[in-house]
Amino acid sequence: MNVTDQQKRYTLDFGTGWAYDPAPESTDHISLKKKYGHFINGKFVEPAEGNYFETINPATEEKLADIAVGSKADVDAAVKAARKAYDKVWSKMPASERGRYIYRIARMIQERAREFAVIESMDGGKPIRESRDVDVPLAAAHFFYYAGWADKLNYAFPGRTPAPLGVAGQIIPWNFPLLMAAWKIAPALATGNTVVLKPAETTPLTCLKLAEIMQEAGLPDGVVNFVTGAGDTGAAIVNHQDINKIAFTGSTAVGKLIQRSIAGSGKKLTLELGGKAANIIFEDAPLDQAVEGIVNGIFFNQGHVCCAGSRLFVQEGVADAVHQKLTDRLETLIVGDPLDKNTDIGAINSKEQLDRINSYIEIGLNEGAAITQSSCSIPSKGYFCRPTLLQNVSQASRVVQEEIFGPVLTIQTFRTPDEVLEKANNTPYGLSGGVWTDKGSKIFRMTSGIDAGVLWANTFNKFDPTSPFGGYKESGMGREGGLHGLLPYLKI
Amino acid sequence: MKKEISNIPDFTKTVPIDQVNVEERVAKLNTRSIKKESKMFALKLAMQMIDLTTLEGSDSPGRVKQLCHKAMRPYSSDADIPKVAAVCVYPTYVRIARETLKGSGINVASVATSFPSGWAPLKTKLEEVRYCVEEGADEIDMVISRGEFLKGNFSYIFDEVAAVKEACGPAHLKVILETGELQTLDNVRKASDIAMYAGADFIKTSTGKISPAATQPVTLVMLEAIRDFYYKTGVKIGMKPAGGIRDSKTALRYLVMVRETLGNDWMNPDMFRFGASSLANDLLMQIIKQQTGVYQSADYFSKD
Repeated sequence: MNVTDQQKRYTLDFGTGWAYDPAPESTDHISLKKKYGHFINGKFVEPAEGNYFETINPATEEKLADIAVGSKADVDAAVKAARKAYDKVWSKMPASERGRYIYRIARMIQERAREFAVIESMDGGKPIRESRDVDVPLAAAHFFYYAGWADKLNYAFPGRTPAPLGVAGQIIPWNFPLLMAAWKIAPALATGNTVVLKPAETTPLTCLKLAEIMQEAGLPDGVVNFVTGAGDTGAAIVNHQDINKIAFTGSTAVGKLIQRSIAGSGKKLTLELGGKAANIIFEDAPLDQAVEGIVNGIFFNQGHVCCAGSRLFVQEGVADAVHQKLTDRLETLIVGDPLDKNTDIGAINSKEQLDRINSYIEIGLNEGAAITQSSCSIPSKGYFCRPTLLQNVSQASRVVQEEIFGPVLTIQTFRTPDEVLEKANNTPYGLSGGVWTDKGSKIFRMTSGIDAGVLWANTFNKFDPTSPFGGYKESGMGREGGLHGLLPYLKI
Repeated sequence: MKKEISNIPDFTKTVPIDQVNVEERVAKLNTRSIKKESKMFALKLAMQMIDLTTLEGSDSPGRVKQLCHKAMRPYSSDADIPKVAAVCVYPTYVRIARETLKGSGINVASVATSFPSGWAPLKTKLEEVRYCVEEGADEIDMVISRGEFLKGNFSYIFDEVAAVKEACGPAHLKVILETGELQTLDNVRKASDIAMYAGADFIKTSTGKISPAATQPVTLVMLEAIRDFYYKTGVKIGMKPAGGIRDSKTALRYLVMVRETLGNDWMNPDMFRFGASSLANDLLMQIIKQQTGVYQSADYFSKD
């Protein structure tokens, strides 16, 4: 077909006819307490200052539980417990025994997978399909993987004598609460460190359920401690004198703050920060599969993914075809109740985040972007956002430069590989990227040219515990996962 | 009624298909949960989409007649259960099927063009097609010459389909790609494109005589080919997976694929068919189970 042919667009009807009845996952089998204290020294304890905040279900705006606000005193108690456990038990224990505990945690997550998946979806808003098929199995896989390394560290770094650091302070975000906890805790324990971890304030529940598993697994008291709260609690961890290592996943702004705070303190640091990944579609790509990759790249977990493929680059000759396919594909994405087994896009994690996403869409429109949204209806209650495409944007647009962290995809076109490489790298971020082409040599040329820590070819958003993950530039430092993920927790 | 199709693509070029991602997409679609009313609707729809088929060397006039009766009244004790779309037989049984099905609104489909291998001179194939149409077939299920396709002789396939289409006259043409012999999804896509541009009304996966017959990845690739053809021409081509679809659960998974790839316009027997024989009884069993809450013994459903 001639590109200049202005043809009629033939449309498909996804709006009428057969639709799926609601298929909600049952919530009968989960047990949640009304109120959760911190998990310190193997026990749930009341917060020192007695303050609590609510965690809500973003799909219904209903309260799920009261959560303790962590003060300096709470963090101090947790660090003391962790230090004691490190000195007296964990660093002295034979490595193979350490591994046994981690294996046990992994198995118990598997056994309670359904409960974890449901709570993850209730607390965070992600569709049950993803928490069931991705978050929980991957979290278990991470514990299994690092359990195996516990007694093999000398083989991981031949000729060296790897030693643990001590107490690790870990702060994780709200987009993958259980999975991020697994990414942080598993390598820390395998290498012989003890942990004080703060989950995000909007999604503390699966971490607190994980605490129950730590209890049931008989993990020695104080080896893993959870202190809940918001930014102040995080700051108390970062600035605590007796912590040897800070691992943070979250925004670039907070990452910079942490780096400033601990400068000169001797604390080791891992940062996994924001991203604005380029997902590049060449004209020789398998287009229908690429469209699925685009969808998975940006709409996975409502776009709350630091490595999301949020900047789409399509080679000019296929730009119209890709846009038509994407537009139709948007119509088949089911937006709604996160607990419905057919839901593709769940609730935005918080009102704050929804406002932020909507303000970015507004900014895009003011900058002259052409918007395409799914025509789907969204629930009147709860925080929801239609999947959104923004065209007529450029490198100068804020929606292209800044991380939106929502189901919003910017679309640009390109003609040559050099042009798209320049644009892909023209960002302060460097976490991930994707290339779609049928040609192997092009894959190697492009992926070696993109400055990013994780690159996918003909796929997107694939994770595996054996594969290191982390960023270039302002997307962070240090790696998590794989052999590389042991290093940030070791002196070698 | 069909529009002139211009801009026929160069079939020596390959539209790339990524098998890993196709399988991943199918797996994701298979997680759709179909319950209650939407399940009942789909079961009945699937029933209406069946080409009830008998293609055995041992076929007899009695067997074909029985099959036709089953097609008209799949479950005699419940009039609410819809009839199937068509009965599919060998050419020599077209007349018997035609007479038995008279006035029922059920189409007679016949395999032709030296089914299943397709090894015959074109002249013989065309004669066979004309014979079937004269005998009263509404639909012709042809096979392509896989030997020529695998040789790279794509224009041969194009001309073959076009010639058969012409010989069909008023009858609808379904083109069987026999995807089990084409092996790669790139080939499936190419054969689909050739068949559609050459005049197919339907594209069909398999004869049922070769394993694997219909699979979900192959069907998805064909549905996507149909979608691209529609985007370019505005012409809607039908789809028929055949062989290996034996139970309701699988049939519903196919309907999910159609629904989410091509939309509502394809969710009817004019645009989508199942080539199957034992599927009908499993659908019946599930429909009765939905109605009564209990499974009936297989002995309560006629075996034809």
